[in-house]
Amino acid sequence: MKRFLYELSESWKIAAAQMRSNLTRSTLTALGVIIGIIAVTLMGTAVNGISIGFDKSMAVLGDDVLYVTQWPWKPVDDWWNYRDRKKIKTEYAETLNRMIAVTPNSNLVVAVPTSNLMRSIKYGGNQVDNVFVLGTTSDFIITSTIDCTAGRFFNELESRGGANVVVIGYDVADALFPAQSPIDKSVLINGQLFKVIGVNTRQGTFLGLFSWDSMVAMPLGAFNKYFSAKSESDVRVKVKDKTRLTDAKDELTGLMRRVRGLPPEKKDDFSINEQQAFKSTLDPVKNSIAIAGLFITGLSLFVGAIGIMNITFVSVKERTKEIGTRKALGARRRTILLQFLIESTALCLLGGFIGLVFAYLMCFGIGKAFPSFPIHFSLGLVLVSMIVSIITGLFSGFAPAWTASRLDPVTALRYE
Amino acid sequence: MIDIENITKDYVMGEEVVRALRGVTLQIRRNEYIAIMGPSGSGKSTLMNMLGCLDTPSSGRYEFNGKNVAEMDDDELAAVRNREIGFVFQTFNLLPRATSLRNVELPLIYAGIESERREARATQVLADVGLGDRIHHKPNELSGGQRQRVAIARALVNGPSIILADEPTGNLDSKTGEEIMDLFEDLYQRGNTIILVTHERDIAVHARRTVHLRDGLIEMDHAGFIPELDLPVAR
Repeated sequence: MKRFLYELSESWKIAAAQMRSNLTRSTLTALGVIIGIIAVTLMGTAVNGISIGFDKSMAVLGDDVLYVTQWPWKPVDDWWNYRDRKKIKTEYAETLNRMIAVTPNSNLVVAVPTSNLMRSIKYGGNQVDNVFVLGTTSDFIITSTIDCTAGRFFNELESRGGANVVVIGYDVADALFPAQSPIDKSVLINGQLFKVIGVNTRQGTFLGLFSWDSMVAMPLGAFNKYFSAKSESDVRVKVKDKTRLTDAKDELTGLMRRVRGLPPEKKDDFSINEQQAFKSTLDPVKNSIAIAGLFITGLSLFVGAIGIMNITFVSVKERTKEIGTRKALGARRRTILLQFLIESTALCLLGGFIGLVFAYLMCFGIGKAFPSFPIHFSLGLVLVSMIVSIITGLFSGFAPAWTASRLDPVTALRYE
Repeated sequence: MIDIENITKDYVMGEEVVRALRGVTLQIRRNEYIAIMGPSGSGKSTLMNMLGCLDTPSSGRYEFNGKNVAEMDDDELAAVRNREIGFVFQTFNLLPRATSLRNVELPLIYAGIESERREARATQVLADVGLGDRIHHKPNELSGGQRQRVAIARALVNGPSIILADEPTGNLDSKTGEEIMDLFEDLYQRGNTIILVTHERDIAVHARRTVHLRDGLIEMDHAGFIPELDLPVAR
């Protein structure tokens, strides 16, 4: 064991000396690994960023909220079966809440109706088009991760009375009120004046997925008064314990069947969705991007590895006599094997390290240039790329090192 | 110490089988100073490789300190070379980018000696061969004679049973060669066993016993160096 450690440190010293004395050659060879590691690391970062972005957008949905909708949140082949379903009405929420109140040990907390459509919103000379306008009750904050940076969400009184108040998203506030506080100002939606009482905390957008930043929320009463015509409605229900989501889902299904008055032989004419369902349709997309991306960038690393293998073969050939001498002095096969493995690994590690530094700088640059892209350079990534470098080194060094360790000492000593 | 009985070595070269050794029997005792002589093709190098445990015989028995070398595997042979044999090569075979000290330390690393003891021992041996002030020089900063001294120090550092020198003065001018031979004489006086492989009679004359090889067989094996006898063979 001790002897192994001495041989190990000796091999590192030799590897360092070897790299120094063949500086040009080592640099050029390492370049292949540098480029490979940059490619793999950047791709890893991008994949990571995409994943984080998806999750962040998904968090809007909440992992403890069930959504009662007409259409299920997954691709369907038999759309005709869903097309004729009755629409989900906002009044269901009230009925559900009454039922939840009388159910002992209910898994459900509260049902919240939501209606939405797209409208333009104006203040003074500023206008924002296609704003997601949401009508809901004051219970909405219970089901949502939404927060206010300024002001507040509307309260129960405003909710019941259908007051003309709105809570606006960060981007909307930014566009309409570039230089002043929006609180207590009146904005114009559909020709009606609404008082701004709150601004949401910035959430960030990703790949055009839904974000609170570009929406406006108002009491359902006000919403129905002015825009009821072409709105989409659904009901979201907060679950008490998210580990018992299935039970909650069953309970809600039962309640909804009663609301709809379905006889036992009829199928459900509504869908109950949760964040997970949405995730499971997005995950395959995410994963195939990751696999394809990492495979293609992995190829460049592979090319780098072949370069290392090649140079290690050259090194073994050049130093045949040295190998013979070492064997004469008592180096065993595995000593020689170790030495050349370490030389190729050292080269790969060096390349990997330089590549990582470059990749970090590039990530930093990209992060600065496109702040909306959730780029994420993690410690895990550093670790993984170092491990990948080591594996590359071992992989590319093995064949030449094996050849070296098998050399016959007599032949090796005679080699000129 | 070394007991060789009727060893042979055959090489296959293409279609042909070359019989480099045809049955050599030889005993070498502790603290002998032997010259192995013979013209090229006599099997001299092959015998040296056998003695140095770099190669194993095709047949016959080779006992080194009572252990049968003929049946050892690669790693066991490496261990014997490391501990029992000190090689001195014609071309020195030093690691070009390592200092004298690191070159001499190498066999100690393979023997698993810890770093402080390694350095102390290597420094000591380098001083013994007269290079106490050259331990941090690299081979290209040393003269040929000094390089060979480093190589001799490297051969001595593990306290081997024999020192096996293959044409140790072949790459040196005659004056430096004489200095190296004086060093061998000194080592012999201090109790080391030395085997010289050479075809130069000027070198062989230093040994106390001379073995002549011809065509894979021992032609003569006698004490000292007899000019009349040894001259024609040495040529």
